[in-house]
Amino acid sequence: MLLAAVVSLTILGTVFGLLLGVAARYLRVEGNPLVAEIEQLLPGSQCGQCGYPGCTGAAQALAEGGAPVTLCPPGGRALAQALAAKLGVDADLSGVEDKGPMIAEVKEEICIGCTRCFKVCPTDAIMGAAQQIHVVFREACTACGKCVDACPTESVTLQPVPVTLQSWHWHKPQTGSAT
Amino acid sequence: MKLFDLRGGVHPEGRKDLSAECQIRSVPLPKTLYVPLQQHIGAPATPVVNVGDHVLKGQLIAHAQGAVSAPVHAPTSGVIAALGDHAAPHPSGLPVPTFTLESDGLDQWIALKGEDDPFTLSPEDVAARVAAAGIVGLGGATFPSALKLNLSRGVRTLIVNGGECEPYLTCDDRIMRERAVQIVEGIRLIAYAVAAQEVLVGIEDNKPEAIAAMQAAARGSAVQVIAMPSMYPMGSEKQIVQVLTGKEIPAGGRPADIGVLVHNVATAYAVQQAIRYGRPLISRIVTLSGGALKTPCNVETLVGTPVEELIAVAGGYAQPAARMVLGGPMMGQQFANTGVPVMKGTSGVLALTSKEIGQAEPSPCIRCSTCVRACPVGLLPLEMAAHIRASDLTGAVDLGLKDCIACGSCSYVCPAHIPLVHFFNYAKGDLAAQERAKLKQEATKKLAEARTERIARIERERAEAMAKRKAAREAKERAAKEAAAQAAKEAA
Repeated sequence: MLLAAVVSLTILGTVFGLLLGVAARYLRVEGNPLVAEIEQLLPGSQCGQCGYPGCTGAAQALAEGGAPVTLCPPGGRALAQALAAKLGVDADLSGVEDKGPMIAEVKEEICIGCTRCFKVCPTDAIMGAAQQIHVVFREACTACGKCVDACPTESVTLQPVPVTLQSWHWHKPQTGSAT
Repeated sequence: MKLFDLRGGVHPEGRKDLSAECQIRSVPLPKTLYVPLQQHIGAPATPVVNVGDHVLKGQLIAHAQGAVSAPVHAPTSGVIAALGDHAAPHPSGLPVPTFTLESDGLDQWIALKGEDDPFTLSPEDVAARVAAAGIVGLGGATFPSALKLNLSRGVRTLIVNGGECEPYLTCDDRIMRERAVQIVEGIRLIAYAVAAQEVLVGIEDNKPEAIAAMQAAARGSAVQVIAMPSMYPMGSEKQIVQVLTGKEIPAGGRPADIGVLVHNVATAYAVQQAIRYGRPLISRIVTLSGGALKTPCNVETLVGTPVEELIAVAGGYAQPAARMVLGGPMMGQQFANTGVPVMKGTSGVLALTSKEIGQAEPSPCIRCSTCVRACPVGLLPLEMAAHIRASDLTGAVDLGLKDCIACGSCSYVCPAHIPLVHFFNYAKGDLAAQERAKLKQEATKKLAEARTERIARIERERAEAMAKRKAAREAKERAAKEAAAQAAKEAA
């Protein structure tokens, strides 16, 4: 009688142990899935302006609730809204200075071709060579500002993205109390 | 033939009598023409001539680039004086890449290749010639016509839009009255190119002369001319399809999805000119009207003619214009700079007096829902505008913002004068900007990843190279040591 109990309990223990082991292997969750989702929203240029080591660090801090949704300057107001929606919090957007999309621009007259800016650019958006004037690819620039800090002659500045016929649209009507 | 009802719609004052009885006039050849590279929806054309080149009338000066695009031809003979920025005929007035063409006064055509019996061409060939002629939808949407032909091959119904429901505009009315035979041939060519089984021409019943002329020209052919009740926006693509076939184009869809293709009557005329005579699209009929003009009229003008020269043709201003509009007053674009050129899609130039535009201060919405009854798409303009005002664009999209055709019926009827369409245009523009920003972010993210990977690879390769050098040095030292030991042994 005793033997039967011992044997059956051993078998049960082994089977459940195996099941748990298999489940742990195949159904494993790597980290907090929310972190990956938040990281998808962030610009991904690892500029570090938020004070966290890259976008992954910022995403982790956001997921744990340790950082405000307004932390990312390149993302601007649109990103703050998206993050607030994702995290289900009310965003206080009053503090977000929405300058609209910006872009780095090299002032050609004072560029000395030192190559420092394109070495720090996280998206390879600056082209140049030693003793040559550098130039910014507008499509690739995220306005992270790293090049502005690196430039010894202050020839790189952040400027609003120029409006073209393709990007122009009507402003929001100012109707006071209407509607 | 049984017609179906149009949902909503409004009855704005027509004001077509100002210019309807005026025969299409020609315009004196302008000295300088401004021909923008982009006069169509899609990618701008790529220049193929250089500054300083002499070009002939009808010569290709910029070819189509990409899948959705149209070529541009020289409107007259002369010298390309510049290729640079010139103000666009657009409310923003922003500069766009534009050819400046100094005409030589000879107006000399390039050698043209027409077709005496166009129906011997293959349907693909017809579409190819339409593409080469740079024809775009002349109703105002300026979508490349050849693309529509290619995407619509095998549709059941071809609808030719002679609605012209916008007040003031009479350019389609006049072209139907004066060039009905050519239009009908163009319609038959389009029907042949897409193998349509049924061809309907819809014309509003406020144009009896045009209906009579088109019916006379269409006698004996498969083209049916149908009088439709006059109501705005009858001439909108979705609405004319609904009225003539009873079918509704699905949200976000194209007429081809329900087996219909819609072309404008002026486009049919341009197709006929391109196939039979080989003439590219370099001119169009434009209505010059509005209470501020001395003699409103219809003119056939070259693409690229500055608007101010047309205003001179209309006798100049009788009184100061409070607003200048390109196109019709309901859907047209206002502009300020009369130096802008006429483009392929410019159907009218209106100089409106302050009495005609009737501006009033908006007052709060009283939720009377007049706009809901007026909306031809069946949307809730008041709700959409309220969401947009509160910066809830997603809420507006959920209410069907993307189905809004911006016809202006809601703004027109609103007793509180709320600029509803302005709200919708703003929201659509802002959503498009967000979409572009998202695409850019995806692209820059890839770039950032590629850079991180590259830096890691360079680091790795450097480490490997260092390890290799180290191994080589050690091997060399070892060999030297061994050689020394050998030598010592031999010496011993």
